[in-house]
Amino acid sequence: MAVIVHEDFQFIVQGITGREALNFTRECLEYGSKIIGGVTPGKGGREVYGVPVYDTVREITDTQRVDGTVITVPLAFAPDAAYEAIDAGIKEIIIITEGIPRKDASAVVEYAALHGARVIGPNCLGIIVPDVCRFGSLGGPAVDCRKAFKPGVVGVMSRSGGMTTEICNALTLSGLGVSTAISIGGDPVIGSTYADLIPLFEADKDTKAVVVYSEPGGTAEAELARWTQEHKSRLPIVAFVAGRFMDEMPGMSFGHAGTVVNKKVDSPADKMRRMREAGISVAEEIGDIPNLVRERIGN
Amino acid sequence: MAMFIRVDVDKSVIEKTPGLADKLVEVCPVNIFKVGSKPSSVEIVEDNVDECTLCDLCMQASPKGVRVVKLYE
Amino acid sequence: MRFYEFEAKQLLEKHGIPLVQSELVKTADEAKTAASKIGGPVILKAQVIAPGLTTASVQEVADPAGAKAAAATLLGLDDGGRKPNGILVEARPTGEAVYSLSFTYDGTTKLPVIAAANMAGKIDDLGDTHPERIVRRHFSALYPFSDYIAKELAKSLVLGGNDLKRMTRIVSGLARLFLKYDLADLDITSMVKLGEGRFAVLDVEADLEIEARHRQRPMLDDLGFAKDDLRQVREPTKFELEGARIDAEDPRGIISPIAEFDGNIGLVIGAGGGSLTLTDAVRKHGGRPANYAAIGGNPSVDKARRLTKLVLSKPGVDKIAVMSNVVSNTRADLVARGVIKGITELGFEPKDKILIFRVPGAWEADAAKILQKYGVEYCDRTVSISEAARRAVEKVS
Repeated sequence: MAVIVHEDFQFIVQGITGREALNFTRECLEYGSKIIGGVTPGKGGREVYGVPVYDTVREITDTQRVDGTVITVPLAFAPDAAYEAIDAGIKEIIIITEGIPRKDASAVVEYAALHGARVIGPNCLGIIVPDVCRFGSLGGPAVDCRKAFKPGVVGVMSRSGGMTTEICNALTLSGLGVSTAISIGGDPVIGSTYADLIPLFEADKDTKAVVVYSEPGGTAEAELARWTQEHKSRLPIVAFVAGRFMDEMPGMSFGHAGTVVNKKVDSPADKMRRMREAGISVAEEIGDIPNLVRERIGN
Repeated sequence: MAMFIRVDVDKSVIEKTPGLADKLVEVCPVNIFKVGSKPSSVEIVEDNVDECTLCDLCMQASPKGVRVVKLYE
Repeated sequence: MRFYEFEAKQLLEKHGIPLVQSELVKTADEAKTAASKIGGPVILKAQVIAPGLTTASVQEVADPAGAKAAAATLLGLDDGGRKPNGILVEARPTGEAVYSLSFTYDGTTKLPVIAAANMAGKIDDLGDTHPERIVRRHFSALYPFSDYIAKELAKSLVLGGNDLKRMTRIVSGLARLFLKYDLADLDITSMVKLGEGRFAVLDVEADLEIEARHRQRPMLDDLGFAKDDLRQVREPTKFELEGARIDAEDPRGIISPIAEFDGNIGLVIGAGGGSLTLTDAVRKHGGRPANYAAIGGNPSVDKARRLTKLVLSKPGVDKIAVMSNVVSNTRADLVARGVIKGITELGFEPKDKILIFRVPGAWEADAAKILQKYGVEYCDRTVSISEAARRAVEKVS
């Protein structure tokens, strides 16, 4: 079992001829993912590492089953690319593009919801189910990716793409391994929050615990704490909150766009308190995560 | 002066292959090659050599004419 | 990006939102004149950006003489290294009732939301003290704003008759303005009801979505925003400006944000979440970072070189720690080249200046060879971030 993706998951890449997209397309193919097409307007008819390039999404969805899309087009075109994918009937949408204003992100997510589609991101790297499917740009070159992500029992959700790999690497080194890892994005408005996704891990029999990486800014941690209290989850959750130094620097922005302490709920201290009250273990140091997971699952 | 990478070019090979000079300029993502003053020749842009990403595209374009050497090996 | 209150009020006025009588002044004498024009007790608000000045930046005075004295004090405030950008002198009517309105994005529903209360204050604070007095309505950034949403909100504030109709117009106007100008937050922390169907906004806080600053350029030009004015909470230092310049001059990769602290460990660290985690880890082990300089997005060798030189040239910094989370697209070998080049150009030996090099991930094998050649130990992925930070701090002290 796996979360969101599966063995036969087929997806496309919108913006496939861009510098970063070329990179991760090759990496995904090497990893064994099924990329059945790419889209770059004006470049239809070309090929990228054997993947055919089209001008429109519908040229692909008209003839083939498309389970998902990875959007990595320049900022100004990102919402349009998402609408195109949603109208073509694609249900799983990863938006890697960074810097989309929250008004546009909100509009895209609302439109997706009206059409039964799910958005992961923006400003995320995507999803990996180790040895099953890599959907997005998590993990780098396939050889390095395999070192960091080994199949196992821990689900990972992270607001930072880089820290997704870091945490999964630590879980892999410790022997616990990873069931599914999702980089959910670092923006103030993202399509899928911890609380939106945790039910999927709950239903995944491979997942025995969940690790959450969080940062200052936003209400996602409070929402996760509430969900955990309301739903008697079977899953132990271990969280890590980075950026504690920011509590001393109100109004300054570090890391991701959503990472700023303006309101009380934004502060790492407040997030840690709420999560602890909900029974979530909060790691003092990033390196403590694997041991905390072991304690919680009795292994 | 580059500290990490050296790019060796065999001028005679480049001169003998029409279009190769232009191709080298085009494929390099970090502009290590520029068109030389003589026809069918390239010059190395010394400032960019350490930016080499080891993509091998220049060596694929001319396996005999170009060699990229890692000075740290 | 924070607006000065007088700017926010200009936007509101343009959209027909009723405001309290108000004048922007630049000197104490002007404050006196404005106060006598308005008459009676007035409030003076120094126009500042830095947080933590909420109480210090506001004074209520009884008469024009008081206004002059207060203005002189307020104009001397330190706004994160800047002078206040003038003073708003405003009437302070006490009406029949007072309200607050807040527009923001709700990360849970992913929709814009209006919150309102029948008392003054920031909705966030009221949420803790008086949650029962807050009413909320979500709206849409996808579809045009419909007035009925504002009407329902007004109704739940127990307004009727002309009050309800007027409040509906105000809330609708604010909601449309909020969307049109890409605001991230708009807080009317005090709006007074003067009489039947008559309201006036007293206090406003507004923030622009920083990512929308380019497409909102016409509005910002209208308000007189300088092109490079990002309204940081404090004036950028020379170090920070130089870092921003290095970043802007080479589009390959990013070294943002860059911030100067007063510690002694120079940091060249991986971007995004990694930099937050690493900075925490260094502090946790008793280290004092000299700066924050997050590098990511696969920076060029040259960018890493220039950043290394900048950090190592900072007074009080003798050594740097080069650390990152396990990298995916940023290349460990290119970072290694840039760092070593920068140190060498300053005339030092890399092994004397690098406290630790912990950048595992993409192209790590080449990075290890480069470091080995220069006698620097390469920490691979088995050295955790916490452990790397601990070793760096231990070496510096």
